[in-house]
Amino acid sequence: MTKIFKLTSIVALAATGVAFFIDPALAAEAKPKLDTGDTSWLLISTAIVLMMTIPGVALFYGGMTRKKNVLSVLMQSFAITCLISIIWMVIGYSLAFSKGGNAYVGNFDLAFLDHLTVGAINGTIPDSLFVVFQMTFAIITAALITGAVAERMKFSALLWFVGLWSLVVYSPVTFWVWGGGFLGDAGVLDFAGGTVVHINSGIAALVACIMLGKRKGYGVENLAPHNLVLTVIGGAFLWVGWFGFNAGSALGANGGAAMAMTVTQIAAAAAGLSWMFIEWVTHKKPTVLGIVSGAVAGLVAITPAAGFVGPKGALAIGLLAGLVCFWGATSLKHKLGYDDSLDVFAVHGLGGITGAILTGVFAVEAIGGTAGALEGNLAQIGTQLYGIAATIVWSAVATAIIIFVIDKTIGIRVDSDAEAEGLDLSQHGEIIH
Amino acid sequence: MKLITAIVKPAKLEDVRAALVDVGIQGLTSSEVSGFGRQKGHTEIYRGAEYAISFVPKTKIEVAVADDQADAVIEAISGAAGTGNIGDGKIFVLDLGQAVRIRTGETGDEAL
Repeated sequence: MTKIFKLTSIVALAATGVAFFIDPALAAEAKPKLDTGDTSWLLISTAIVLMMTIPGVALFYGGMTRKKNVLSVLMQSFAITCLISIIWMVIGYSLAFSKGGNAYVGNFDLAFLDHLTVGAINGTIPDSLFVVFQMTFAIITAALITGAVAERMKFSALLWFVGLWSLVVYSPVTFWVWGGGFLGDAGVLDFAGGTVVHINSGIAALVACIMLGKRKGYGVENLAPHNLVLTVIGGAFLWVGWFGFNAGSALGANGGAAMAMTVTQIAAAAAGLSWMFIEWVTHKKPTVLGIVSGAVAGLVAITPAAGFVGPKGALAIGLLAGLVCFWGATSLKHKLGYDDSLDVFAVHGLGGITGAILTGVFAVEAIGGTAGALEGNLAQIGTQLYGIAATIVWSAVATAIIIFVIDKTIGIRVDSDAEAEGLDLSQHGEIIH
Repeated sequence: MKLITAIVKPAKLEDVRAALVDVGIQGLTSSEVSGFGRQKGHTEIYRGAEYAISFVPKTKIEVAVADDQADAVIEAISGAAGTGNIGDGKIFVLDLGQAVRIRTGETGDEAL
């Protein structure tokens, strides 16, 4: 009997060992478990993505405006940070990530974040951390739009606009791609927000600046940036913070996050170079505004691709994004005649579209689980185009309606005198001395 | 008394100051101005948008002098500020009706 007992024990141990080898979850209880490494990295990512807005976007844009409007740009980024944080908490998060709705938007189940407890876990990180990490994405998406309407939009109208836009456009599109909605289901690849953040804000920016109209003196007066030092500082904050944006979107401290960080760096650097060189050739001098803009364009383009492509794909994406966004900012804008003050459409809109399409080209199955066109999956490009089109249509139409309503009620543009005086003084009663 | 106003290249301010001290001037005022004459401005370019800037930065120096000092001062400024190139600047001489030292109340040449 002892022999049988021993034999049974050995067989049982062997079976457990084999089961463990096949799937550790079989040997242990399969239950979401907090991973402190993942949590630490996401805590940091949340902080540095917030830093991308304040002071990143704030300074990047602030340095490019005329001195009489700098404070207004900083104010807009800061106010949006505060406003969107609360809107996200109250209802934005629920619309974007709750599970009880349909294929297009969540419901109110998670309003006011009542469901959050200290112990609640989402994947391997605390649920509250997922909420606040995503909050920083909602914040920056809205803040990006301010670049296109800079120097002439009424502050009150801007607050109404971003608040409504975040609910009607940002949260639904987030749901479509990441919240279990129809785009994610269709297989659209968007690792960190190429569609959700960049195409979304880029299109909204284009529509808004067209409806707002050109700045007084556009094409005639000197609208030159007043302090590109601020722009470079802001751009640097954006670059570094982008590691949290892209590598943090891996939702873990692992090889995927590290690869995302690596390809992010490569794309940013490549785009900085390609913008700098194309500008050197076409305009005779390489500019600091150019290289910073190029790097940002590369960061935008790699955003949807960060978890799906390898270094060579990132290199191609970066080089192409620099060229496409350069063309958008220096040629397309002047040909079509719209006044996108700080080139939000060229950098974020076109950069996001470029990146989203190229994700479908360069995706490597061994890296992100899906093959792209170069690995034989040509259909992925079509899927990407589908996601891009859906985002463009919804963002454009909804933005137009929101702007129209606000304009008819409180008016979106400051009056001519206020614009000439500068928004710092007319909207905020402050100036830079 | 004369008020001598000189518009010179900013890089020449220190040379002019030294030259004026050498001829006995004990005070002057300088300010940053911009303007143009025969020297053309420059072109700046930001994301493909070119701006032709007509104004060139200059430094304005004002010094109040006694009538018999005026020629020496003009010569000192010209010598120190001149480079032989377009953009060296100009000197204007105005008649000065009165001057007052605030601390003591002295007027006229004593105030200079």
